[in-house]
Amino acid sequence: MSIAPFLKHTTAESLPREALTVNPAKTCQPVGAMYAALGVHRCLPHSHGSQGCCAYHRSALTRHYKDPVMAATSSFTEGASVFGGQSNLLQAISTEFELYDPEIIAVHTTCLSETIGDDIPQIIGKAEAEGKIPSGRYVIHASTPSYVGSHVTGYASMTRAFVDYFAESTGRRGDRLSVISGWVEPSDMAELKRMLGAMDIDYILLPDTSGVLDAPLTGRYQMFPDGGTRLDDIRTMGDSFAAIGIGRFGAGPAAKLLDTKCKVPMHMADLPIGLSATDRFIDLVRKVAKAPVPDSIARERGRLVDMMADMHQYTHGRTVALAGDPDQLVPLAEFLTDMDMKVKYVVTGTPGKGFEAALADAIGPAEEGDFRGAPSDLFALHQRLKAAPTDLLFANTYGKYIARDEDIPFVRFGFPIFDRVGHADFPCVGYRGAMRILEKALSVLMDRIDRDAPLEKLELIM
Amino acid sequence: MSETMEEVKREILSGYPAKVARRREKQMVVNGKAESGEPPEILANTRTLPGVITQRGCTYAGCKGVVVGPTRDILQITHGPIGCGFYSWLTRRNQSRTREGEDNFMPYALSTDLQDNDIVFGGEKKLRKAIREAYDLFRPKAIAIFATCPVGLIGDDIHAAARDLSAELGITVFAMSCEGYKGVSQSAGHHIANNAVFTHVVGKNDASPEGEFKVNLLGEYNIGGDAFELERMLEELGVTLVTTFSGNSTFVSMGQAPFADVNMVMCHRSINYMAEMMEAKYGIPWFKVNFIGAAATAKALKHLAEYFGDPALSARTEELIARESAAVEAELARLRPRLEGKSVIMYVGGSRAHHYQELFKELGMKVLSAGYEFAHRDDYEGRRVIPGIKIDADSRNIEQLEVGPDPERYAPRKDKAGLEDLKGRGLPVDDYAGMMADMDDGSLVIDDVNHYETERLIELLKPDLVCAGIKEKYVVQKRGIPLKQLHSYDYGGPYAGFKGAINFYREIDRLVNGSVWKKIRAPWESSPELIGSYGSD
Repeated sequence: MSIAPFLKHTTAESLPREALTVNPAKTCQPVGAMYAALGVHRCLPHSHGSQGCCAYHRSALTRHYKDPVMAATSSFTEGASVFGGQSNLLQAISTEFELYDPEIIAVHTTCLSETIGDDIPQIIGKAEAEGKIPSGRYVIHASTPSYVGSHVTGYASMTRAFVDYFAESTGRRGDRLSVISGWVEPSDMAELKRMLGAMDIDYILLPDTSGVLDAPLTGRYQMFPDGGTRLDDIRTMGDSFAAIGIGRFGAGPAAKLLDTKCKVPMHMADLPIGLSATDRFIDLVRKVAKAPVPDSIARERGRLVDMMADMHQYTHGRTVALAGDPDQLVPLAEFLTDMDMKVKYVVTGTPGKGFEAALADAIGPAEEGDFRGAPSDLFALHQRLKAAPTDLLFANTYGKYIARDEDIPFVRFGFPIFDRVGHADFPCVGYRGAMRILEKALSVLMDRIDRDAPLEKLELIM
Repeated sequence: MSETMEEVKREILSGYPAKVARRREKQMVVNGKAESGEPPEILANTRTLPGVITQRGCTYAGCKGVVVGPTRDILQITHGPIGCGFYSWLTRRNQSRTREGEDNFMPYALSTDLQDNDIVFGGEKKLRKAIREAYDLFRPKAIAIFATCPVGLIGDDIHAAARDLSAELGITVFAMSCEGYKGVSQSAGHHIANNAVFTHVVGKNDASPEGEFKVNLLGEYNIGGDAFELERMLEELGVTLVTTFSGNSTFVSMGQAPFADVNMVMCHRSINYMAEMMEAKYGIPWFKVNFIGAAATAKALKHLAEYFGDPALSARTEELIARESAAVEAELARLRPRLEGKSVIMYVGGSRAHHYQELFKELGMKVLSAGYEFAHRDDYEGRRVIPGIKIDADSRNIEQLEVGPDPERYAPRKDKAGLEDLKGRGLPVDDYAGMMADMDDGSLVIDDVNHYETERLIELLKPDLVCAGIKEKYVVQKRGIPLKQLHSYDYGGPYAGFKGAINFYREIDRLVNGSVWKKIRAPWESSPELIGSYGSD
């Protein structure tokens, strides 16, 4: 089959690049802040900057979830950029409370307002002093300049802001476990809760986008859906007997703050993606909460291992390329390695310490011909794949152009996924999530075997 | 109907804080022609009130995303932090058909990905380096640079960088100061892009295109392949399409634009500057067309034939219209009974909320209310109001190029009498009558609609269909009312021309009469009490 390449100017030859990013494997902080804020009940995210930021972030999240994404903006004009955005934000705060009645407005900054140097806590203080914040209503903020970190950093900063503004320690240790999640899908949040419930743990999950961005079609629109972490629960996180942060990049800052601010003992773990990372998560919960692992979870684990064993011949020795976010990539690479696949290329656009070391811990050091780009971009990944292709590619929707050009079986994974459904509904975390990842990978690998098999070798039973 | 709509308007305004209500009151107008035949005045192209939850985007989106983005062989670099370049990467569905040997850079998102150090110490050096790296990788004929919000504030001189690199590399390099905060919406970005393309691209290619009848199509962005459909018809008519601004377009073809005999303007809002400047510099007149709707398409094609006044072209045009209308009529006969009398409200863009009313009229559907996201008064009330539009601080920021006749290339295609004659025969030469002229008296016209208003409008008007964009889509559909996206076409199309009209009729039938909307309520909801007894079947 010969089809015209989509990315026709990409060649295998890598020229050195220092200043130019081509086809990024990340986006900017504010969209992550917006996503995290949607995971708190009756919270309206607010983008303090030009209105294009808010429009772009809402569009991206809406395309990804095919669900309403409500957020407001300070609508900067040239005047606001010269004189500061205070009056815009003050006006926005009173308009939003009056028109939409959120319980919390979660302000995140943008490159514009950060460059100007708007002092958000001061503006919030002024709004309070002027009576623009009704009683029992709150305005919080996170600083999320687009020129630092990535969408993952923004998610982490906003999650941390909820702890910063609301978590309180009364001095009494409660009997609830705080679980702070890195950036995962609503389906994953629901699965985390299901697993914790199965272990009979009394938990608080922050943030929690399940019940928000996976809303049912009922004929009734709710601007603030039923889901999301409750404000009262966030407050009591300060009295948790322990906190588990899953995903160092996404959950680390909030978990650390809960420890330093409220002296809640903090444990960090990988996102429970794949067999080994889920094992570690369940084992950590078991030890921290002194809760036995129920048969139901052990059985799920066994079914995953069963599927891995049953299909081992189709995974063994397969080479894989991954693009995505650090918290996902490490356990995903580990899972694929658990199935004796060979993870050759790993690319993330998110900068940050610790990723490469964590990856090496999980799957061993890079071997000759491997590429671990952190930070790097999809253009660089594509160049590697042109030079030496892999059997399988995991990436967000933008990976489909590479997959099509190079004819590589492709699994959509990460953010954003604009062209398929399911990620909001079916989890990738936990043992059942791992089975879903495996099923997806097997489907594309085995479709390829079927497609390419000579007639006499087209197998009925696989 | 006007009485009812005044009530609807009052009801909506009553939910606002007083200050907001005072402003919004002027942006919501019940249509009704005065005795002069002129529609009422509306406030437009004004700042969105912070916090209302607007549909609008920014200047960068209008400049890069809308006007310059769809031209495949201009390599485009976003200068700023990563987000803006990322979000404008292939998200607007401008289709482009690359011919053998041509460049296509549209699948590439290039960014300087500014970091905090660059914000502190300046990003110009990084930009210059990035342009060189981009040139080495892609060897383009032209490079365009787009500024994002922080660029203007940190003082990077992107225009100097463009000039220097243009000289160094021997190719066209131009920059646009389209920081997101300029202007009040995407509209400012359109204007900035028009200026830059006119200055750096138009007229830069001396190779004259072949053809007896040469036209440019302005404000057609080839969403969902609309431009392909128009290209097909023009080719069948023997009309040479020199270039489109800008869909399925190239740097090469845009350079030849001054060879055209006339400019046809689709989206008046985003491209009227280009039409005016080309007329002033080269003497090319323009007229407004609408290729959305079968009748509108027929009208536009007839106008084109009349402009050239060539009997053979007129005959070919009549033949094409007759040929293609047959299929349209057949489909309308099938689908109109399924849709007639249904109602629609539409808030979108700077011309689509007008153009698409044609298709709904053909289907017998009623447009109860409509409005634009980023239009100006002339797009509502017609160009006759332009002299009276107050230029506010936000508009004054955007450069208005002074354009006069080109000493060598200015050649009026028609003399004054010729143009007057065409106008007399109904050709909208150098004119756009606006949306309100085509809307029923008593319909509600709303500029820059927001979330609260959309919610209330749905409750009060109970439309069968809503047209807007992606951010609104699922808000509306959760209520069990279908929403048709008129920015992205919900990944369908083309909807332009005769074949496009048929596609649209079918799509509206699919949406309005789709089975899923009848399945929203579970069977047990209508009879909640359990009947029967335990213990037996």
